Amino acid sequence: MIGIYLIGAITIAIGLSLSRNKILTFGLLGLFLVLQWTLTIYSGNNLRSIDLNYFTYDALAVLLLATLSVIAVPAMIHSHIYLNDQPASPQTRSIYYSSIVLLIMAISAGYLSNHIAVTWIFTEITTLSASALIYHHRNKLALEGTWKYVFICAISITFVFVGILFLSLSLENAGSDDLSFANLVANSSKLNPFWLRLAFLFIFTGFTAKLGLVPMFTAGIDAKDKAPAPVGALLSSVLMNLGFVGIFRFYIVVANTPLHHWANMVIGIAAFLSVFVATVYMIKVKNIKRMFAYSGIEHMGLVMLGVAAGGVGYYAAILHIILHAFVKSSLFFQFTQLYRVFQNKSIYQVGNYFKYNTAGAMVLLIGFISATAMPPSGLFVSEFMIFRSLFEAHQILVLVAVLLLLTIIIWAFGKNIFKILFIPPIDFDDSNVPKISPWESLTQFILLIAAIYLGLNPPTDFVNLLKESIMLLPK
Amino acid sequence: MIHVFLIVFIITLFYLSIANRMLTYVKVLALQGLLLFCVAFLQLSEINTLNLILILLETVVFKSIAVPVFLGYLLKRNNITREAEPYLPNFVSLIITTTIVVATILLSNSIKETHLDKMFFVVALSTLFTGLYFIASRRKIITHVMGYLVIENGVFVLSLAVGNEMPMLVNLGIMLDIFASVLILGIFLNKIGDVFKDVDVDQLTNLKDF
Repeated sequence: MIGIYLIGAITIAIGLSLSRNKILTFGLLGLFLVLQWTLTIYSGNNLRSIDLNYFTYDALAVLLLATLSVIAVPAMIHSHIYLNDQPASPQTRSIYYSSIVLLIMAISAGYLSNHIAVTWIFTEITTLSASALIYHHRNKLALEGTWKYVFICAISITFVFVGILFLSLSLENAGSDDLSFANLVANSSKLNPFWLRLAFLFIFTGFTAKLGLVPMFTAGIDAKDKAPAPVGALLSSVLMNLGFVGIFRFYIVVANTPLHHWANMVIGIAAFLSVFVATVYMIKVKNIKRMFAYSGIEHMGLVMLGVAAGGVGYYAAILHIILHAFVKSSLFFQFTQLYRVFQNKSIYQVGNYFKYNTAGAMVLLIGFISATAMPPSGLFVSEFMIFRSLFEAHQILVLVAVLLLLTIIIWAFGKNIFKILFIPPIDFDDSNVPKISPWESLTQFILLIAAIYLGLNPPTDFVNLLKESIMLLPK
Repeated sequence: MIHVFLIVFIITLFYLSIANRMLTYVKVLALQGLLLFCVAFLQLSEINTLNLILILLETVVFKSIAVPVFLGYLLKRNNITREAEPYLPNFVSLIITTTIVVATILLSNSIKETHLDKMFFVVALSTLFTGLYFIASRRKIITHVMGYLVIENGVFVLSLAVGNEMPMLVNLGIMLDIFASVLILGIFLNKIGDVFKDVDVDQLTNLKDF
């Protein structure tokens, strides 16, 4: 199935890049979504089976693939609305659609791959397709954002490769040179700790560019700012999850060796610094998209703190990235409508959003409540479990510091969001504000409600998949 | 013999750290490509002909002919000034590069394993970190690209160390590295030359938080 999917997606992407006809483009995009969902349903029905040697439909992959497929549908809808609204040449449009299809394909394949080199290849393809999307506006600022993104990602992808080389060195005594995750876990006791340590450092640093963690988080922020908002939604949700998959699958290997404690410390330090950096920037940020992006850094920091703490933290971490993907993408989708009203993304220039687009303002409000993990948001549940895991790991000092930082983040985030929602902007001429149909916000409501529902009342299958995805980790 | 080439490779790093003119960088990169081929030829004794041709293409044709020619073309086309314009004086650069090399040698001394030739490890890691240092300390975007190419060369040296056991992984990795690095970087450098008149990193500071 994955073979059909890859060939189909690439064919569709080529078709989209050549197509100048609107109806044909629609047809191809629809076909791609059908293909995406077919793969998702197929993977759900063939849990734990291996396809084409390098792809396994395991629990973590199925969960994240389903998340991706859910977000892909509104991403296409909002891309369509976005491109209709903006004056773009037919060529730019076809490049946009073709790259977004390639991006979604590469992320899906990256989730499913069971071999570290294959994950690496698909991560590289995401950089390529994402850079085409970030450069969509073809202006100076977009070029700057793209350049930084490409450069940082190229360096970090090289780091991952160096890590893979070290990993192959550490396998020398294991009597097998197969770099699949299953083989690595099976041989984890025979891995050479010195090389494994270096491998972990390099692979972790490399994937932080995608995950959005200290030290390589910077490029992602510029990219999410300059990319069109529907793409920003993908970059700040499902692409971050790909970085998580890369780190987490390798973490499972390391966790089964004596280096477990050391790896936890590395992850914990990077995660805590991420929350700290996110706090500092959240206080002074005045660009709405960058504010959402920094909030993503904060959440990824929390997720990795959960992983580092262990215990219930593993479960909470995976729950958290799924719920975060829903919430953050809906906020980014809402941003396209906000931008159409105010034609500006500075917090100083927008305000009183309730007056112009009530449904959209509701999305922002619920999104804010969800993103700051206040009840009834589903993220409250996962964040609470992360804090519990930190408490159980006897990291009280870290816990207190993180809680303080989170309070500052909630204050900064709330201050900005309430300014957008209620306080009228100065010198804003509202005579030609377009009327925004409330139906456009429907997909965002669905995503937000899904996040609340999955957090508060998770279905049994969902919980089983979550539990299965952390099965290989030591208790 | 391999060690001689590897030591010459390290010396090129020192030379790069004090080089002033852009063309010197290009020439040293070309030389590094040739050195890499010599090392690969001697090291990968168990490799088949097809892989050898691939490596020949990667190192000699690509790293020491195509890339330098392309970089020289970019320098001319975008009217990039000849000076490298580092943020730090050359003397400091030299000291930092030396520190990096010494630190990797010290690190390699802690390896107890006999499988790996430590020379490869030292050269690879010090090249990697020197490349990072070049990126951090040079002003022009094109020198950043060159720093990246230096990093790639370091990674290539490292992959040669495991090349006899896993030739396919190495080839695949290097091909993709080349694909991603030069294709993307080359295209964007072209674009950047068109859009920004003078290609300094100082121009790329417009994305801010407020």
